[in-house]
Order: sequence, then C-alpha cells, then structure tokens
Amino acid sequence: MNDSLLKRHITIYSEQLRSRRLWNIFIILIFAVSFFMSSSIIDFNLSQIIDGFPRLSDYIVKILPNLDINLILENSKTEGSIQYWYFNFKKYAALLYETFNMAVLATLMGFIFALILSFLSAKNITPNIYSYHLVKRILEFLRGVPEIIFAILFVWALGVGPLAGIIAITIHTTGALGKLFSEVHENADLKTCEAIRSHGGNWVSEMRYGIIPKVLPNIISYALLRFEINIRASTVIGFVGAGGIGQELYLVINFNYYEEVSAIILLIILTVITIDISSGRIRQKIIGEMGV
Amino acid sequence: MASLEINSLVKKFSETTAINDISIRILDGEMVGIIGKSGAGKSTLMRLINRLIEPTSGSIAYNGIEITSLKGKNLKQWRSKCAMIFQQFNLIDRLDVLTNVLSGTLGINFKLLKLLKIYSKKEKIEALTYLNNLDLSDKALQRVGTLSGGQQQRVAIARAMMQNPSILLADEPISSLDPKNSKVVMDDIKKINKKDGIMVICNLHSLEIAKEYCDRLIGLSDGKIVFDGHPSSLTKELAEQLYDLENE
Ligand SMILES: Nc1ncnc2c1ncn2[C@@H]1O[C@H](COP(=O)(O)OP(=O)(O)O)[C@@H](O)[C@H]1O
Ligand SMILES: [Mg+2]
Repeated sequence: MNDSLLKRHITIYSEQLRSRRLWNIFIILIFAVSFFMSSSIIDFNLSQIIDGFPRLSDYIVKILPNLDINLILENSKTEGSIQYWYFNFKKYAALLYETFNMAVLATLMGFIFALILSFLSAKNITPNIYSYHLVKRILEFLRGVPEIIFAILFVWALGVGPLAGIIAITIHTTGALGKLFSEVHENADLKTCEAIRSHGGNWVSEMRYGIIPKVLPNIISYALLRFEINIRASTVIGFVGAGGIGQELYLVINFNYYEEVSAIILLIILTVITIDISSGRIRQKIIGEMGV
Repeated sequence: MASLEINSLVKKFSETTAINDISIRILDGEMVGIIGKSGAGKSTLMRLINRLIEPTSGSIAYNGIEITSLKGKNLKQWRSKCAMIFQQFNLIDRLDVLTNVLSGTLGINFKLLKLLKIYSKKEKIEALTYLNNLDLSDKALQRVGTLSGGQQQRVAIARAMMQNPSILLADEPISSLDPKNSKVVMDDIKKINKKDGIMVICNLHSLEIAKEYCDRLIGLSDGKIVFDGHPSSLTKELAEQLYDLENE
C-alpha cells in the first residue's frame, strides 16, 4: 500500500470517527435532557436517596435476628437460638405451602386456558381470522394488567384469602403463556397438520396430532419458567390480602415484628432458590423424553 | 365401473396458472404415474383431488358425485376416501408408529377418546395387520423419528390404508429415499393397487420407475397434459422434453 493511499484511508477513517463522535455526543445529550426532565417530573433527587440510606441500613440491622453463637442450638424459650428466631416456623411452613399451592394451581389452570386460546391466536393454524384477532386482544389485556391489580379486584370481590390470589395469577398466566404458546405454534411446521387434514381429520385432530406433539417440550419448558415466576408473584400478591406467606409478611412488617421479617424473607429466598434449581433440572429432562 | 373424472380443471395462484384446463378420466384399479418437471403442477393436481386446495374452475367427480362442491362432513369423508402420502412422509415424529397408523382413522371415525390416544381394539388389530403386511410389526411401539426414511414411508402407507381408501394419491413417495428403499416402497404401492384393486395416482420424479410400475402415464408441462397413454408409447423426444433431461 503506498503512502498516498494510506493517507487517504487515515483521513476517511478520522472523518468517520468524527461524525460518529458527534452522534454519540448528540445521543448523550438527548439522554441527559430526558433524564433531567423525567426526574424533575417524579421529583427525584439524589439527596433524598443519600438521606435515606442510613435509614435503610438501620432497618436491615433491626430486622436481623439476635443470634448468640453459644445458644444457637437451644430451644425456643432461649433468646439467641435459631428456634427462638423461628418460633413461628410451623405457621410459616403452612403459609409457604399455601403460597406454593397457589402458584401450582394458578400455573396449571393458566396453562390449560393458555393452551386452548393459543391455538386460536396463532396465525398459521387459527380456524378463522376473527377469532385470531379477538383472542389476541384478549390475551394482550390479560397479560397487560399486573397480577396485583387483579388481586386487589378479587380481594375486594371475594374477600381476603388465597382464592383471590389464585384467580389473579391464573388470569395473568393465561395472558403471558397464551402469547408465548401461540408464537411457538407459529413456528411449527404444518406438514403433519396437512397430512391429518388429508385423512379427513377435523381441526381439533390437526391440533392434537399435528401441533401438540411437536410443540409440547417447548411449551412445558415455558410453563415451568412461568411457575418459577408465579412462586414469586404469589408471594408478593399476599401483600394485598390474597393469601399465603406474603400476607403474613405484610402483617409482620406493619406490626414491626422485626425479627420475624428476616425469618420470613430468608425462608422465601430459600424456597425460590430450591424451586428454580429443581424446575431447571425437570425442564432439561422433559425436553429429551416427552412423547404425547 | 367406478371412475374419477376431471373436466376442464383450472387452478390459478396469484401469478401462476398451476393447472391449466385439464381433463382426465381414471378408472378404478388403474395405476397412473404423473410425470413432469418440477413446477409442472403435479402436486397441485393431487391437492386438488384431495380438496386440500380449491380449484379456480372446472369439475372433479367420483362415481358421478361432484367433489368440488362437497362441504363439512361430506368433504371429510371424501378426503378419507382418497388417502394421500407425501414426499416428506408428514408423520408425527415424536409419537410411536402404532399411534401414527391409527391416526389415519381420525377422518372416517372421529371420537373424542381418540384425542387421548385411545383407539378401539378392532382398529388396533387392523393397524397391526397393515404394519405386518409391510414387515413393520416389530416397530409398532418405536418412535417414528427413529426409523429410516423407507420405514417411515411405509408407516405412512399403513396410515393411508387405515382410511380404507378407494384412491391412493402418492406425491413423490420415493424422492427422499435411496434406490433400495425406493424399490420396497414402490413394490408395496403396486401390491396395494393389484391386490386390493385401489386406484393409485402417483407423482414420480424418475421416468424409469414410472415406466416400470405404472400401466399408464400422464405427462404434465406448465399445467397442461402433453402425454396420456401406455408407457411404451412415450417417445424419447417427449420424455426428454418432460424431464428436461439435457439439464440434468
Ligand atoms: N400455494 C401456492 N401459492 C402460489 N403458487 C403455488 C402454490 N403451490 C404451487 N404453486 C405454483 O404452482 C406451480 C406448480 O407447482 P407444483 O404443483 O408444486 O409443481 P410440481 O409438484 O409439479 O413440482 C409452480 O409454479 C408453483 O410455484
Ligand atoms: Mg411437487
């Protein structure tokens, strides 16, 4: 490569660099302007956060248990033992079980509704274009509204307790899974469906034998992922009175039963971790072996 | 004698005329090979006969009954009467052989229980008999995805037989098979034609095989019939034109 050519390259390169730099500055400016505009709207200021930090750490210190290393294994009457910290363990366990069951039930019911609706809202297999648009809009609404809003609604209508929570999560799950499932269907190869149609099979048979065997591993995997999300959702949803461990957590936070707060949070974290790990394992297994 | 009569059949897609004014009469018990270049309209013709697609104009009649106007239950009955097998087999890969074969009954005798893979004993015995005729009974519980191409095509044939068809439509049944498996599959199709007297219409890519197995060949080019007769009367020039041999 000769010198003049090299020079030309360098000028072109630095020109490009300059224009790119200008773009970057422009983009940063836009970000800065929108940041200040939005933070002034929501009254966001740094000093408020900095002032808040000590209070936050105060709270964390307060909710930590008083564990005494020498008394740690003593019975529930001795202050400083784990059993003292978890004196309410039986109650927590029952409530955690309730939360777990809420998630299981809501995921299962949401799964079934989502599966049925997803066949109607997948463009390539829907029996007609009207049901496609209608069901698609319905699913959008169902997943657009957060669980907690539905929960508030159903607590108000049905009273405090897990039923409201189950219905709320079922509704949201139907919307979320329905969308994912119909996308899975839309990617499915329709050859088998055509074969079943060529036997004179009806639409239901096409879905059952042409689509389901193909998409099931994928769908189950999405459903298990949703189950993990629903475990967390069914905890949070308790805050508005929709049952489970969340309702209890809300209670102890409000009554300032500090040590119980940390006891419950720790239990929730452990549960979520256990379920995430085991459902991950199950997902892997299922994908390899399923034939339905 | 029962026959399939096609009259002035036309099928237009947005730009192409895939079938351009075709009239044929095929008698029961005939084994007809449809030959022609890729894009000539062979698959389209089969799909029109099975009513997987609607014709633009013209008529198809079987035993004097107009097929093109059938609806609902009658349409499904017609579809199950003319069984179809495909180049890519189009089986349910993740399910076992037996369930695949049994799925051929979904058209003639639909029951909700069949959605749970529950079929009658009679149907299971029938399915196993067909599998046995095709030397596949030992594979009945194996997953279809694990079978060879030739075995899969024979499963598809067994599935087609479950429909008790009057017509067997085979769309390039051996195009994705090696020569040995091709022979086995073609022999099986021929046997169905000769023994059970079922009308067979078969799209074939290979002229040699078409000549060997069919009593009658129909040559298609650009959606029109350019030859219809006994394989021996097909001239070399026409065959070359039909298959574009110079380019192969
Ligand atoms: N669904 C379709 N939409 C548009 N054009 C099609 C469709 N199916 C087939 N065609 C066209 O019709 C012509 C005949 O196709 P086809 O029947 O598949 O030919 P062959 O089976 O003889 O190879 C081709 O030009 C093809 O592009
Ligand atoms: Mg074709």
